[in-house]
Amino acid sequence: MSETILELKDVTKVYPGVVALNSVSIHVRRGEVHALVGENGAGKSTLIKTVSGAIEPTDGTIIVDGKEFRSMTPSLSKENGIGVIYQELNLVEELSVVDNIFLGEYILNGIVLDRGKMQKKARDLFEKLNIKIDPNALICDLSVGYKQMVVIAKAVSQNTKILIMDEPSAALTTSESEAMFQLIATLKKSGVTIVYISHRLEELFQIADRATVLRDGNYIDTVDIDKTNKAELVKLMIGRDLDETYPERSEPQTEEVILDIRHLCGNGLRDVSLQVKKGEVLGLGGLIGSGRTELAEILFGAAKKDSGQIIFKGQESHVKCPTDAIDQKIALIPEDRKLHGALLHLPIDENITMPILKRISRFSVINRGLEKQTVDKYISALRIKTPSVTQLVKNLSGGNQQKVVLAKWLSTDPDLIIFDEPTRGIDVGAKHEIYQIINDLVAEGKTLIMISSEMPELIGMADRIVVLSEGRVTGELKREEFDQEKILKFASTIDDSENNDVAENKERLQ
Amino acid sequence: MNYKDSSIGGFLKKYAILLVLIALIIFFCVRAPGFTTLGNLFNIARQVSTMGIAAVGCMFVLLIGGIDLSIGSLVAFINIVCAVFLARLKLNIPTAVIICLLLAVGIGALIGVLVTKLHIPPFIATLAFMSILSGVALTICKGLPISGFPTAFKILGQGYVGIVPVPVIIMIVVFAIGAFILNKTIYGRYFYAIGGNEEAARLSGIKVQRIKIAIYALSSLFAAIAAILLLSRLNSGSPQTGDGFEFNVITACVVGGVSISGGSGRISGVIIGVLIMGVLSAGLIMINVNEFIQMIIKGIILCIAVGVDYAQKNSKKRKILTNQTA
Repeated sequence: MSETILELKDVTKVYPGVVALNSVSIHVRRGEVHALVGENGAGKSTLIKTVSGAIEPTDGTIIVDGKEFRSMTPSLSKENGIGVIYQELNLVEELSVVDNIFLGEYILNGIVLDRGKMQKKARDLFEKLNIKIDPNALICDLSVGYKQMVVIAKAVSQNTKILIMDEPSAALTTSESEAMFQLIATLKKSGVTIVYISHRLEELFQIADRATVLRDGNYIDTVDIDKTNKAELVKLMIGRDLDETYPERSEPQTEEVILDIRHLCGNGLRDVSLQVKKGEVLGLGGLIGSGRTELAEILFGAAKKDSGQIIFKGQESHVKCPTDAIDQKIALIPEDRKLHGALLHLPIDENITMPILKRISRFSVINRGLEKQTVDKYISALRIKTPSVTQLVKNLSGGNQQKVVLAKWLSTDPDLIIFDEPTRGIDVGAKHEIYQIINDLVAEGKTLIMISSEMPELIGMADRIVVLSEGRVTGELKREEFDQEKILKFASTIDDSENNDVAENKERLQ
Repeated sequence: MNYKDSSIGGFLKKYAILLVLIALIIFFCVRAPGFTTLGNLFNIARQVSTMGIAAVGCMFVLLIGGIDLSIGSLVAFINIVCAVFLARLKLNIPTAVIICLLLAVGIGALIGVLVTKLHIPPFIATLAFMSILSGVALTICKGLPISGFPTAFKILGQGYVGIVPVPVIIMIVVFAIGAFILNKTIYGRYFYAIGGNEEAARLSGIKVQRIKIAIYALSSLFAAIAAILLLSRLNSGSPQTGDGFEFNVITACVVGGVSISGGSGRISGVIIGVLIMGVLSAGLIMINVNEFIQMIIKGIILCIAVGVDYAQKNSKKRKILTNQTA
């Protein structure tokens, strides 16, 4: 048995216009907990997808326990003892714990299920892993933390030698995470190798042996955890000059508050208060699920608030649905362009005028001339590259799709524009154009709220940054205070008030 | 409306159903002498007129990704109610017709409310109404036909303007209204948007629930017009009038290229789909294929039409996926 259980050799993955992985080589040692860190878009997910067989690398070799592969398939990866736990837990909510663990791998007695045997195996497994869950409980009755454990147990039951975990702690509370760390320790003792991806750097120092840092698809370094610290890891993760790639913009002039949010609760928010000044770009930082998108949804009327006040342009705003928001001149450019932003099956022109059809029609009959004027104006203003306005949006590149979504919202002539991940999944050139458009909008006097998980983008584009964590505002930074480490620290501020819930859950299950 | 599908595949598909229609007509010309006489063609047009009228409403429902199984029972229900109004309550014709149409709009809106507010899947909500409306119709007439209408009522279903039957004219008007709504008004845009991606449509400021309720109301309204024309043509109200009607209407839409999963379809396609169903019914009778065999043939056609729709969707999806990951 060699020391290395999993080796990636010069693995490259090229998407059109983007090199997601650039000749990355990694050695994972047998029985270690190997962390994989990097910013969003660094290539972590792509890397594990090549190992799990979800995608085929363009070039390179994957060596599992001495066996060389050019590429993997999901079944090949499973056969070779690789198990992957994704953020979305793939469990059947209506079935019991036992049924989920043996789903697809049922133990049969003749042609009927051998429930007794499956239950016994599940109990043995739980005992070995020191998990205290009733195997007959339904998945939908379990908390996220316990569901996570069921998923891990399921992977272990399938003779997994290498367990890859993609941000397993993202949705867990502190005590749930602690329980998971113990489980990881148990697994490690029993000889399972773990590849662990996380944005919460603190926890790596608790569980990992080594960490590999990726940046922009490149391998940067592999470090021993006990010989490094958080600051060094962050430096390795970011490692580039930030300011150069962002176009210059003059400071906002006014002190006039256009949006005043007071004690907002609901949709995952817990007492959020913040102010936005007219003509500024307010950056919202935080991890996925921290409440940034949830706040945007409430402001835009896509979700309901439970309590709190929103004062917009000096008046209390009662936005109940997106239609109200459009009338009040609020626009939301959503995070998921393909799912929420664009109507992919419709042509460019119909996408752009969708929110303003009422304004360009008379007795509900669309004024085609007026429509064409509007569409032409934005196509040239935003330089949307297309042979024809009747081109279906799904046939456009990511950057051009995003510009169509932008055009659609600019056509409503908004005063407040909320950008949720404005440059996700688009190439560098188009990103730069979007930044320029953002600056032009500010110059026109528009107010912007920009949500971004890309730290450099947030720092490069915002006038002020408010950081959220677990539905609360955990920090606010002025331009001169911008600092990635500070933002990361605020973003991973964890609130422990939920521990009681977990304890209750434990009692109920035992 | 030149955008719904501008690819070569879409072009072929569009003309494929037209070619099927032409092939069917040629086939019946050869096999059934007298098929192409003017009289017979008008006869076919009159036969399909009720199906065509209801198909426009059905198409709207399919466009937004819904389905309306209650069309046939609504026809039976309105048929009986209108018959009662005319024969028993002796209401005058316009009053009876208008009350019937309003009643239908109310029922359709109620279905729409169940679908949007209570989140009952359209399949179930309309299946329930299929049973409810049939039951109410049968209860009112106790299973027996109702007749004895004023003679003027005949004009709607049996009259002619020149040589063109009145129901055919009404069908043409309904098709024109449908095309106008879909191609010229903001509502047409909303229908396609909702059918393609309901959440994105909502986030574009479209009041999705209202539109959906209105569409189910429209579907019932068009079905009610068909019901009144059928009542006039047969000159007798019968709870069996709507039997199999929803099947023919939905099949006509799907054969005409309206996607069962919503978001795409054209009025021109629906017109051809309706004509294909009409030509098949009339032609098969003329070459002595009985009604039972016809049911088998139409069922097979529905499967083929939906299969073709999904096959095309999947190949498109695969193309998009490979484009993205290649």
